[in-house]
Amino acid sequence: METVLQTDQATKAFEGFVAINNVSIDLKKGEKHAIIGPNGAGKTTLFNLITGHLSLDSGSVSFEGKDITGTAPHRIVKLGLARSFQRINIYPRMTVFENVQVALIARDGRSFHLFTLGHSLNREESAELLELVGLSDEAEEMAGELAYGKQKQLELAISLASNPRVLLLDEPTAGMSPAETVEAIKLIEEITEARGLALLFTEHDMGVVFGISDRISVLHHGELIFSGPPDHVREDPEVRRVYLGQSHGAA
Amino acid sequence: MQTGYKTTFWISCAIVLLLLLVPTLGSKYLIDLTTEILIYALFALSLNVLIGYSGNISFGHAAYFAIGGYSCAILLTTYELPLIISMPAAIILSGLAAAFVGYFCVKLTDIYFAMLTLAFGMLVWAVAFKWRAVTGGDDGFVGVNVPAFIDNRYGFFYFTLFVVTVSAALLWLICHSAFGRTLVAVRENRVRAGFVGVNTTRLRHTAFVVAGTFAGIAGSLFAMYNRGVYVESAFWTESGQVLIMALLGGLYSFFGPALGAAVLYTLQVGINQYTEYWPVVLGIILLIILMFLPDGIIGLAQKLRSQFSRKA
Ligand SMILES: Nc1ncnc2c1ncn2[C@@H]1O[C@H](COP(=O)(O)OP(=O)(O)O)[C@@H](O)[C@H]1O
Ligand SMILES: [Mg+2]
Repeated sequence: METVLQTDQATKAFEGFVAINNVSIDLKKGEKHAIIGPNGAGKTTLFNLITGHLSLDSGSVSFEGKDITGTAPHRIVKLGLARSFQRINIYPRMTVFENVQVALIARDGRSFHLFTLGHSLNREESAELLELVGLSDEAEEMAGELAYGKQKQLELAISLASNPRVLLLDEPTAGMSPAETVEAIKLIEEITEARGLALLFTEHDMGVVFGISDRISVLHHGELIFSGPPDHVREDPEVRRVYLGQSHGAA
Repeated sequence: MQTGYKTTFWISCAIVLLLLLVPTLGSKYLIDLTTEILIYALFALSLNVLIGYSGNISFGHAAYFAIGGYSCAILLTTYELPLIISMPAAIILSGLAAAFVGYFCVKLTDIYFAMLTLAFGMLVWAVAFKWRAVTGGDDGFVGVNVPAFIDNRYGFFYFTLFVVTVSAALLWLICHSAFGRTLVAVRENRVRAGFVGVNTTRLRHTAFVVAGTFAGIAGSLFAMYNRGVYVESAFWTESGQVLIMALLGGLYSFFGPALGAAVLYTLQVGINQYTEYWPVVLGIILLIILMFLPDGIIGLAQKLRSQFSRKA
């Protein structure tokens, strides 16, 4: 299988504290790859390194065979790699519709069109994306006033708007009710199937992780201690040792 | 066209029509006041591209107003160039100055951005103050040559109305363009905008240049109106005043800052007749805005209207 995304010995320290230590992971075409690990393991940091939000201390990142180490986030997005955030990241004082529309404007390279009215651009596609994530009824509401779970869905729509081939989702169901989680995961699965996306995601709900992943990688104290198919995770002695005594453990 | 845009269009047309009638009222005083308000309104609208739309607070916006003013005055008078060359050149120079300063400022954000705009603003003031040979220093640049057709109260009024209307229309388009919409997204969440593929630094730089360019238009009008440019126009208090105008009207609506300019300037002129303590009044107004009118007059009007329609 073709590798679309890869980190090679990625390392990142914050004032001496090593948050990501020599991590080499990859993502295959069409694969759903989960990164798990306790809070503070370094999952979000890894995502930030891959997407250019943070710079690496050493190591490299490549996307579809191209070295993207040190590339600015807005360029990486244009290459076809989009992400969502663990903590809500939307435009609160814009309507739900505009939240998505702005992403489409950027995708089409119109962000610098000073004399093209923005209102009428990408309307149909914005509506379709909102329909896809179930936010059609809220299109004209202020994004900041949406319920938490719906803001998460909006984030997903924003990420999809850039037409990515690879999607990084950082805890897409964090803060959602169990019912919302089921819905959201079903939707993510449908979309990744339909669009043939490769998905790299983190998730605290182990039911979800084992339900949809093709592969699971385990981070612990910034180090990759396991990477393999879901049915091997539980047997791995190192993973068992790390998760021993953890109530939400994978072992 | 969206219905909201249509309403805006017709209301704007009505306002311009009413303004066209101002000279027929026969009050010289009113013509002068309206001319001054129009110029300040454009100045405040230009600042709002930066503050309201892109969320970058500038404490140095008077610099571009002054650069536009001095350039236009010097080109018209010292070099005796015609208006059709002097004014566009002055506007371009203001834009270039903003492009240069903005290049450094947009590398920073928040308070650091604001402080750097202030620093560059003071630098421009210092240059205007010290470069006597060109700017006249603290005596000001006096005796600006203006072409005959605007060398009278009426001609200048109509000229100003024309320039401000065209400029405001352009600014409106820019603020409601694909670019304007993206600018709001950057204001709301710079990181997210970067992660949908927007080069947010370049976008903020563009906003800086747009703001500076239109401030330059206002500045060159003001220089011709006064037949002179004074070093005070570059001082940071001028930047503060135009900021207060924008705040007073409301940052989150396109026309808010123009309304704020009209209200604040009228108050200033009125109050100056009775007392010389305008700065005290200005301070109180600022206090009232910050405590009771966070979204300015327009914000208050919107809130009242939505409360009213809810009751009805
Ligand atoms: N910007 C930062 N500055 C300092 N420390 C950070 C920063 N980001 C993350 N960390 C630290 O790095 C570790 C990994 O954090 P994170 O990547 O958020 O973990 P996870 O997403 O797995 O919960 C934590 O100890 C966290 O405190
Ligand atoms: Mg995290």
